[in-house]
Amino acid sequence: MKNKFIVLTVLFLIGSAFTKEESSGKYMCKNGKVSFFSHTPVEDIDAENNKASSILDSKKGSVAIEILIKSFRFKKALMEEHFNENYMESTKYPKAKFLGKIDNLSQINFSKDGTYTANISGKLTIKDKTNDIKTVATLLIKDGKINGKTKFKIKPEDYNVEIPAVVKDKIANELEIMADMDYSPM
Amino acid sequence: MRKVIIILFFVQALCTISFAQDDSTDLFSLMNLSEGTNYTTATFKTTRLVNGHSIENQAEGVLDFRINHRFGDLNGGIYEMFGLDQANVKLAFDYGVKNWLMIGVGRTNVDKTLDGFIKAKILRQSTGDKKMPVSLSYVASSSMTTLKWSEPDRKNYISSRFMYVHQLLLARKFSEGTSVQIMPSLVHRNLIDSLKYKHDVWSLGIGGRQKLSSRVSVNAEYYYVFPDQINKQYTNSFSLGFDIETGGHVFQLHFTNSRGMTDPQFITQTLGEWLKGNIRFGFNISRVFTLKDTR
Repeated sequence: MKNKFIVLTVLFLIGSAFTKEESSGKYMCKNGKVSFFSHTPVEDIDAENNKASSILDSKKGSVAIEILIKSFRFKKALMEEHFNENYMESTKYPKAKFLGKIDNLSQINFSKDGTYTANISGKLTIKDKTNDIKTVATLLIKDGKINGKTKFKIKPEDYNVEIPAVVKDKIANELEIMADMDYSPM
Repeated sequence: MRKVIIILFFVQALCTISFAQDDSTDLFSLMNLSEGTNYTTATFKTTRLVNGHSIENQAEGVLDFRINHRFGDLNGGIYEMFGLDQANVKLAFDYGVKNWLMIGVGRTNVDKTLDGFIKAKILRQSTGDKKMPVSLSYVASSSMTTLKWSEPDRKNYISSRFMYVHQLLLARKFSEGTSVQIMPSLVHRNLIDSLKYKHDVWSLGIGGRQKLSSRVSVNAEYYYVFPDQINKQYTNSFSLGFDIETGGHVFQLHFTNSRGMTDPQFITQTLGEWLKGNIRFGFNISRVFTLKDTR
């Protein structure tokens, strides 16, 4: 009885290990590019983050992206400081997250090279505020690797970002967010 | 036996669930990515506490135009409009050569003085991969008075016009709002009033800031000059003020007992006494221009 129990346990543990192994089809990206752009007649502001990390699960069709707010680079050092200090409070809220899924997963063949359009819906969390996002991404699949690109717009006020009246005309009501991620199999 | 199998299935299911949750909660740890070294930024709002240097530098390629102004003593009464009739001004340009190196030049009407400095970062406070509890910088400055010689008939040396300051700035940002800095300082004066006094004057500065909101902070700065080095008429410099930041400007509004705005002047030549009301209102305005995109 005891022996059987041990054998079974071992079998199950191996089983667990294999199920994990098997459930690959997961891709990851360590140095993804996420940038935003704000245009007003007074000033254009753009910042780039080259350290986005992401996991794409081609079986479940799920995608997760995480970035450190502090890793955004601006043209002007003072802008970067104000972005972190005043607007994003990046010490208090260090990360932004996106969790989503590919709605038209059946139309994408991850084992066949080509360009696919993915309809993605999910939740974006910035400064502890979560909102629904719907966007269209272009997936370029080549040699088992995936490049994903997308663009969408968000409003700072939806994410608890206060913009004082003095600078209202320098910061756009809607910011354009762009993501460009290179995935390789996990 | 069947029970065991059921339990094991259950355990396995739990494992799978927890794995599944992992990939949505903390990608950095899941992917074995280090978040790197997190350097502390914005220990102070600007490169000066009030009169003296703070641990902050301008970033590479950033030019800072500074207008400093000190009025007269508040106890001058209505005749002096509480000091507003007097003006002591310093105009200065600072420039970030590298993120760790900043230089600057200035000119003040107090003793018609020109000055220049370099400030270099030695240590940066950080957490994460590299841990450092404090930030450390070194400042060297020299200043030259261009006043006419007070005794033109005697042999005067150009070197007599110079004073030098060496400072270490040791700072720690304790929390989002609170930062403290200590500044061991050495002032060297080539010419002194009498041999009773010292050419090299040692002092210890202490300062700090407390944020009131994300854009406003209260700053304090005090320089203690160790005894028996300078004329007894001189007092220790103490200043208290607010930093107000708006977009590209930082306004520093303060009360101080020092008239001079150049390092050796406020450290070794402060005349005012707070308790007697020799306090002046003053302000610094900093306006930055980004000359170089360093991304």
